[in-house]
Amino acid sequence: MRTRYSEDQQAVAEAFGDLFAREATPEAVRAAEAGCGFDPDLWRKLVAAGAPGMAVGVADGGGGASLVDLAVVVHEWGRRIAPVPLVEHAVCARLLAAAGVGSRRHLVASVASGELIATLAPGPVDADGTVRLVPAGAVADIVAARRGDDIVVSRGQPPGTARPNTADLPLADRDLSDAETVASGAAAASAWDRALAEWKALMAVAYAGLAGEVLAMGVAYTKQRHQFGVPVGSFQAVQHGLADAATRAEGARLLAFRAVCAVDADTAGGARLASMALLFGAESARFASDRALQYHGGYGYSAEYDVQLYYRRAAAWLLQLGEPATEIAQLAETDLGAKARTA
Amino acid sequence: MDFALPTQAEEFRTEVQQFLTEHLTAEMIAATRDGTIHSPALHRAIADRGWLSGAVPAELGGGGMDPVELCVLLEELQLHQAPADALGVAVVTVSMILEHGNDFLRSEAVPRLLSGEALGCFGYSEPESGSDVAAARTRAVRDGDGWVINGSKMWTTLAHIADYVLLLTRTDPEVPKHRGLTFFVVPLDTPGIEIQAVSTMGNERSNATFYDDVVLGDEWRLGDVNDGWTVMKTALKYERGIAGGQFPSPPVIEAAVDWARRARRADGTRPLDDDEVRHKLVRAMIDVEVCRSFAYHTAALASEGAMFGVEGSMTKLFASESYKKHCAWFLDLMGADGLLTHDDPGSHMDGRVEEHFRHAPVTAIYGGTSEINRNLVAEGWLGLPRSR
Repeated sequence: MRTRYSEDQQAVAEAFGDLFAREATPEAVRAAEAGCGFDPDLWRKLVAAGAPGMAVGVADGGGGASLVDLAVVVHEWGRRIAPVPLVEHAVCARLLAAAGVGSRRHLVASVASGELIATLAPGPVDADGTVRLVPAGAVADIVAARRGDDIVVSRGQPPGTARPNTADLPLADRDLSDAETVASGAAAASAWDRALAEWKALMAVAYAGLAGEVLAMGVAYTKQRHQFGVPVGSFQAVQHGLADAATRAEGARLLAFRAVCAVDADTAGGARLASMALLFGAESARFASDRALQYHGGYGYSAEYDVQLYYRRAAAWLLQLGEPATEIAQLAETDLGAKARTA
Repeated sequence: MDFALPTQAEEFRTEVQQFLTEHLTAEMIAATRDGTIHSPALHRAIADRGWLSGAVPAELGGGGMDPVELCVLLEELQLHQAPADALGVAVVTVSMILEHGNDFLRSEAVPRLLSGEALGCFGYSEPESGSDVAAARTRAVRDGDGWVINGSKMWTTLAHIADYVLLLTRTDPEVPKHRGLTFFVVPLDTPGIEIQAVSTMGNERSNATFYDDVVLGDEWRLGDVNDGWTVMKTALKYERGIAGGQFPSPPVIEAAVDWARRARRADGTRPLDDDEVRHKLVRAMIDVEVCRSFAYHTAALASEGAMFGVEGSMTKLFASESYKKHCAWFLDLMGADGLLTHDDPGSHMDGRVEEHFRHAPVTAIYGGTSEINRNLVAEGWLGLPRSR
C-alpha cells in the first residue's frame, strides 16, 4: 500500500509537468480555442515523448506502462487543461489493443504511436449511422463506438471543425455508417465497460489536476490582491471558501487515484469507484473554479484572466461523457438494485 | 501507487468482524441511550484482545499496531456502531503519560488504563474557553509540596464513569497564555471535585466538572510546570491517529436504504423507486468513499512514518460536514415518519435516522470545530496568512 507516487512516478510527473507548463500555456489554450480546440504542435510533442500510447502493451507498439502511470501524466494534463485529446486517445488505444484488433496490427500501432488520433464515442450510433457530439470528434482519425452489441471502429477524415461549445472542446458529430465491427457480444460488452471505467477514472484524475491548479490560482491571487489595505486572502470568509475547495479537491484526488488503481488491478467494484470519482471530481472542480473565480472579483469574470478557462472546462468535461443524472442512476442500479417497473 | 489494503490488514478486518460478532450486542448499542456512549464489557474485551495497548505507539512502549490496521479497527467499530468512545480517550491518555509522565504516573495509571479497568477523560474546555483552549483559567497553585486546584471544566464527557481526568490548568497568569499552563492527571475521587450532568440535543450525556480547593500531590503533575502547551500539542498529535470519526455516515445510510425499501407512499410506490431518493443515497455513498480514501491515505502516510497534519483536519471536516448533510437529507425524505424517535413503537429502525440527525451537529464541533479545521487548511495547506 502506497498512496503517494513512487520515485519513478514522481519523475514522470515532473517531466510532464514541465512539458505541459512550457507548451500548454494559457496562450496556447486560447489559441486552440480560436480553432477547433486542438493544438497540433502540442500533440506532436506528446507523440515524441511517447505519451499517447504509453499505456499500450509493448507488443502492440506502446510503452507498456500501467494505467496508474498514465494517470500521473493525465493529472499534469488536467492541471494545464491542455488542448489535446490525451485521455480519449489513450483509452481508445488500449481498447483497440485489447479488443483483438490484432489482425489490423498496423492500425493499432499507428494509434499507439499517436500518428493517428483515436477517440471513443460514449453515445449510441443513430439509425442513420451518426454519433453526435463525439469528444475529440473534430480531430480524431479513428472513432470507436457501440452499435448494438458490437464495438465498431470507423476510420475517416476528421472534420477539423468543432461544434461551438461552452469550453471550446473539439466536439463534432461523426458519420460511422462505414464503421467495421471489431468485437461482438460478451467480449465487446466487457471490453467497452472496461474502457468506460478507464475513461471515467482518468477524467476523475484530470479533474483533480484542474481543481488543484485553479485553486492555486485563487490562492496566489488572493495573496497578492489587496483591498481595504490587506490581502484579500487574509479575510476568513475567503479563506474558508478556499479551505473547503482544497478539502474537496484533495478528497477528489485521492478517490480518483484509488479508482485508477482499482480499475488497473481489475478489483471488483473498480467501475463503481471510477464512476463515483468522476462525479465527485467534476463537482469538486466546479466548486474550486467557482471559488477561485469569485475571489478574483471582476477580473475572474474577464476573458483576460485564466480562471474562466478552467471554470468552463470544469463543467464541460463531464458532460462530454453523458449526463450526471444517468451516471448516478447507473450507480443506483449497482448499489440499490433496479427500480421496480411501474404499471 | 497502490490503494489496496495489504492482505494482512484485510485478514485483520476479518478478525475484528469476528470479534464484534462475538462481543458486540444489540443490547450494548441500545444501552447507550442512557447517554453514556460506553460499554464496560466491550471496552474490557477490546483491552483483553490487546488492542488498547496495541494502539499505543511503539516508541512509547506500546504495541505499535500498524496504522493501517488501526484504521481498519476504527472503521469496523464505526460501521458496527460500537460504543467505543473510551478507546480513543484511553490511548491518548496513556500516550501522553508515557511521553511526559513520571514513574509514579506510569506505574499508577497506565496498567489500569490499558487493562480497561480504569477510564480517562479530557479536561481541556472550560465554560469560557473552547476552541481557544490555551485560554484555560482553572488555577493550580503551589502549596508546599503539592498543588491546590480551583476552577471548572466543560465537556468532560465520560467523567461520571471515569477514574482520571487529564486536567489543563493555569499555573502562571502573568505570562502569555501558552506559557503559563500545566497538566495534571487528577483522580476523580479526589475530595473537592463535583460532577454535574450536561444533557445534549443528541441525548448524549456530557459533564461539567468543578474543582473546589482540590489538593493534589506533585506526583500527579504531567510534564513540566508551565510547559502544559507542549503536552497539549502531544495530545493533538496522538488524537490524530486514534480519533476515528471518518465513518459516521454508513449506519444512517443503511437505515435510509432500509426505509426506502420497506416504506410505501400513499400511491403504493416504494421510496427506493423514486429518483430523488436514489440520487441522495448515491451521493451519500460517494461521500463515504471520499472519507474512506482520506482514511486510508492518512493511515498509509502514518504507516510509512510520514507526519501528516492538515490531512487529518480535511478528513474530519469533510466527514462531519457531509454526515450532517446526509442526516438532513434522509430526514427530509422520510417526512413526518422520520421525526419519530426510538420511543415510538412505529419508528423506523428504532428511529435511527432521527437519532443521527440530532447527533450529527456535535461531530462538527468536538475535537476541533469545522471553523478551526478550515483555518488549519487555509494556513497549513494553502499558506494563507493567519486570520485571527
